[in-house]
Amino acid sequence: MSSVTQADPAKQAGSASPLTRRRPLGDRGFQILALASGLLVLVILVLIAVSTTQQSTDWFSKAGVKGIFSTDWDPATNHFGAMAFVYGTVITSVIAIIIAVPVSVAVALLLTEVVPRRWARPIVYLIDLLAVVPSVVWGLWGILVFAPWIQSSVYSHIASAVNGIPLLGSLFGPPVSGASFFTAGIILAVMITPIVTSLSREVIATVPVIDKEGAYALGATRWEMIRGAVWPHSQNGVVGAVLLGLGRAMGETIAAALVIGSSATVTSRLFATGYSMPAVIANQFPEAAGEWRAALIGMGVLLFALTIIVNLAARGIVERSTRRMRGA
Amino acid sequence: MMAVATEQPAADLREPAGWRRTKNRVATVLMWVAFVCTLVPLGFVLVTVIAKGASAISWQFLTKGPIPPNVLPVTIGGMGPAVVGTLEITGFAALIAIPLGVLGAVYINEYGGNRALARLIGFMADVMTGVPSIVMGLFIFTIWVLHFGYSGLAGSFALGCLMLPVVIRSSYEMLRLVPDSLREASYAVGATKARVTVTVVLPAAIGGIVSGALLAIARAAGETAPLLFTILVVESTNTNLFSGPNTALATQIFINAQQPFTGAQQRAWGAALTLIAIAFILMLAARIVTARFTRYTR
Amino acid sequence: MEQSEQNVAAKTELPKPTALEQAAPQDVSGTPGRPIFDVRNVSVWYSAFKAVTDVSMTIHENEITAFIGSSGSGKTTVLRAFNRMNDLVPGARVEGEMHYRGTPLYGKDVSPIAVRRRIGMVFQKPNPFRKSIYDNVAYGPRINGERNRRKLDEIVERSLRRAALWDEVKNRLKSSGLALSGGQAQRLCIARTIAVEPDVVLMDEPASALDPIATGAIEDLMRELKKQYTIIIVTHNMQQATRVSDRTAFFSVLTDSKNDTRTGVLIEYGSTRQIFEDPQDSRTQAYVTGRMG
Repeated sequence: MSSVTQADPAKQAGSASPLTRRRPLGDRGFQILALASGLLVLVILVLIAVSTTQQSTDWFSKAGVKGIFSTDWDPATNHFGAMAFVYGTVITSVIAIIIAVPVSVAVALLLTEVVPRRWARPIVYLIDLLAVVPSVVWGLWGILVFAPWIQSSVYSHIASAVNGIPLLGSLFGPPVSGASFFTAGIILAVMITPIVTSLSREVIATVPVIDKEGAYALGATRWEMIRGAVWPHSQNGVVGAVLLGLGRAMGETIAAALVIGSSATVTSRLFATGYSMPAVIANQFPEAAGEWRAALIGMGVLLFALTIIVNLAARGIVERSTRRMRGA
Repeated sequence: MMAVATEQPAADLREPAGWRRTKNRVATVLMWVAFVCTLVPLGFVLVTVIAKGASAISWQFLTKGPIPPNVLPVTIGGMGPAVVGTLEITGFAALIAIPLGVLGAVYINEYGGNRALARLIGFMADVMTGVPSIVMGLFIFTIWVLHFGYSGLAGSFALGCLMLPVVIRSSYEMLRLVPDSLREASYAVGATKARVTVTVVLPAAIGGIVSGALLAIARAAGETAPLLFTILVVESTNTNLFSGPNTALATQIFINAQQPFTGAQQRAWGAALTLIAIAFILMLAARIVTARFTRYTR
Repeated sequence: MEQSEQNVAAKTELPKPTALEQAAPQDVSGTPGRPIFDVRNVSVWYSAFKAVTDVSMTIHENEITAFIGSSGSGKTTVLRAFNRMNDLVPGARVEGEMHYRGTPLYGKDVSPIAVRRRIGMVFQKPNPFRKSIYDNVAYGPRINGERNRRKLDEIVERSLRRAALWDEVKNRLKSSGLALSGGQAQRLCIARTIAVEPDVVLMDEPASALDPIATGAIEDLMRELKKQYTIIIVTHNMQQATRVSDRTAFFSVLTDSKNDTRTGVLIEYGSTRQIFEDPQDSRTQAYVTGRMG
């Protein structure tokens, strides 16, 4: 690090020692310590990629692209096709997003545009409580309370109503299980709502007041103002927030492991049991060895890569849109 | 002046056409409905956990164990080892992650300036918060457990990796709020940068930093996935953090939830209540610290 | 808190709005308009802070009324009271009476939305929406229910022509309103405002962010718009007030050093010529002659 710029403001003035450019040892040491701590982030990220990839080469090289994306998962016969898990991860995350995004954006608008500021704070606390409830508690509640209830009082009625109808029947028809893609989707939606809400709120809060006043001055109602002034400003940033929520939903493990039903199937029936990548890792890892373990770690690598890409994109979008507005 | 009013027809300034007003009202109502939608699951979870968990909680329940899953009543014990494990593992994780996280934030804000490296680290810390917790577990498994075996320490490392970026982000936000005039005042009397940071900047931001760290601990205490492959869940108490398998409340709930026995499930509820209580107490503490010790706010 | 401030206002004997009588329509150069706004003893509060005290004045149709005075004198606050923009500021409230064409602006059944639809506003900083030029101008008509494509095209062209912007943008109506220069963006905002056919246009230092040429264009535009609209303009620029306005209101700050509060007051209101050539109040005199009042 360039010691010249660092030394200047910290110059030792007035002491008996001459005005040298040398800095005391402690000062230097502290800077190095701080730098090392910062670099740790990069080191860990690189190490995650390297060490997990290393432990899964067995699977990647043996199964090949075709094997990895096959639906055949049978540890007994050494077949490790991850398709059913990838499918389950995508389906549950998409359900979560479809449910969570409208709710989160609506709450974010409520907090920024409707509710007076002194009320906004307690509402934020309440939403944050959702994020503090541990994932395993959502899972526990999901499997012992929510799943049985929703199966008997919602799914079974819908399923019998839509059975036989072309598109709806193949999505919501039987078989019906409490632990299913859809139940997992709902629980994931609840879990990602706080982060999507808070990021959307951050983005929406950067809409300049004069833009809003411009709409109001034309006689717009609040909703018309939101559509005309807030939305054009925020849509990119909200897309970023949604992507971050998607990343969270894809990686969420324990709640999904408990409520998804743990059966490696690819089906369009959303009320049927399924599986997801993190869930299968959590459930099967303790008993796995050899190529089986390599396959599970390999799925971790896929998950890592996926979430990193989604997060990079999302953070980039959010950062760019908030900075552009602040700068404007 | 009332002549003005009689001279010309009065302007109609009532609410605009019905459908515009209706749309606006519907939109507002839907926003409130969305808010209620988020409260419903929260309310249900809390009520269920309290209703089912409260009957399990007793001094023995929190200190004694293990009890076979089919043995009732649950109040005779069960979560002792898990409580010890959670405190050990989360505590040590905090001990590693918080100083490193704060130092990392110090680098980004105090030394980084506008340097690309500092911005990269800040950005990647944000990205790192998005790494799934199970991947952190796999990471520590491959890099530590494979070589040194299962231990509470490995669990602490995994939780520490999850906490690190969170602490960096929250500390950075707090350091940014410390006004430059404070730093300059300290430089003006001849202090070195390290001294300014330690004696002036960090104390000025300490409220926010502590509160952010408490929230990070609250989140970490509830994590399950990173512990599954690092501590290898066992039933008995292990007070030695550094060697031998361990256990924790969160993992215990995960195991118990999958068992068919009433005893196991009831203990899971009791453990869930304990875990939520710990998380909420930490969150509350964070709020109190924020309210009482935060000097600079956005 | 409020108590003490009211005392201050009571103690400081203002030259009560005798100015209003002086500004009888026959004194005014140009076409004397009919009264459109009647303002009686209006004070504006932001929570416990009294921003402006006891303003009384009459605004006339098809005239340009200028509000001048130093910063903090409450010009903008009063301007924003005319179309209830202050309603959007938490804690803001208006005391006293404001009548618009005989209807109390702050009456029980009055909707701020309907008020702003008739009383438009152009802001200090050009604030086009993050939309195309066309959509910026069409926004107002659209929210008021105009869906007919041909009619919208007509409205957009007419508004842009009146705002003297049509020739510059007619070939790029679909490009972003944010891509325009400052002066063009401000004229776009004016076009956006007049597209809803308002009755009154309020302008809050509309030229302060613009260069002299763009300022000149805006001033020409104001004189043109006056034929159809009533305009109230807040300006820091006294030359601008003399160039465009028919009447001028001079605001000043009352400083109460004991409570460290500053409150805006209307010092004098009359025809622009009278305010600048024959000010009745010494503070007006000092301000218009350049010795700050």
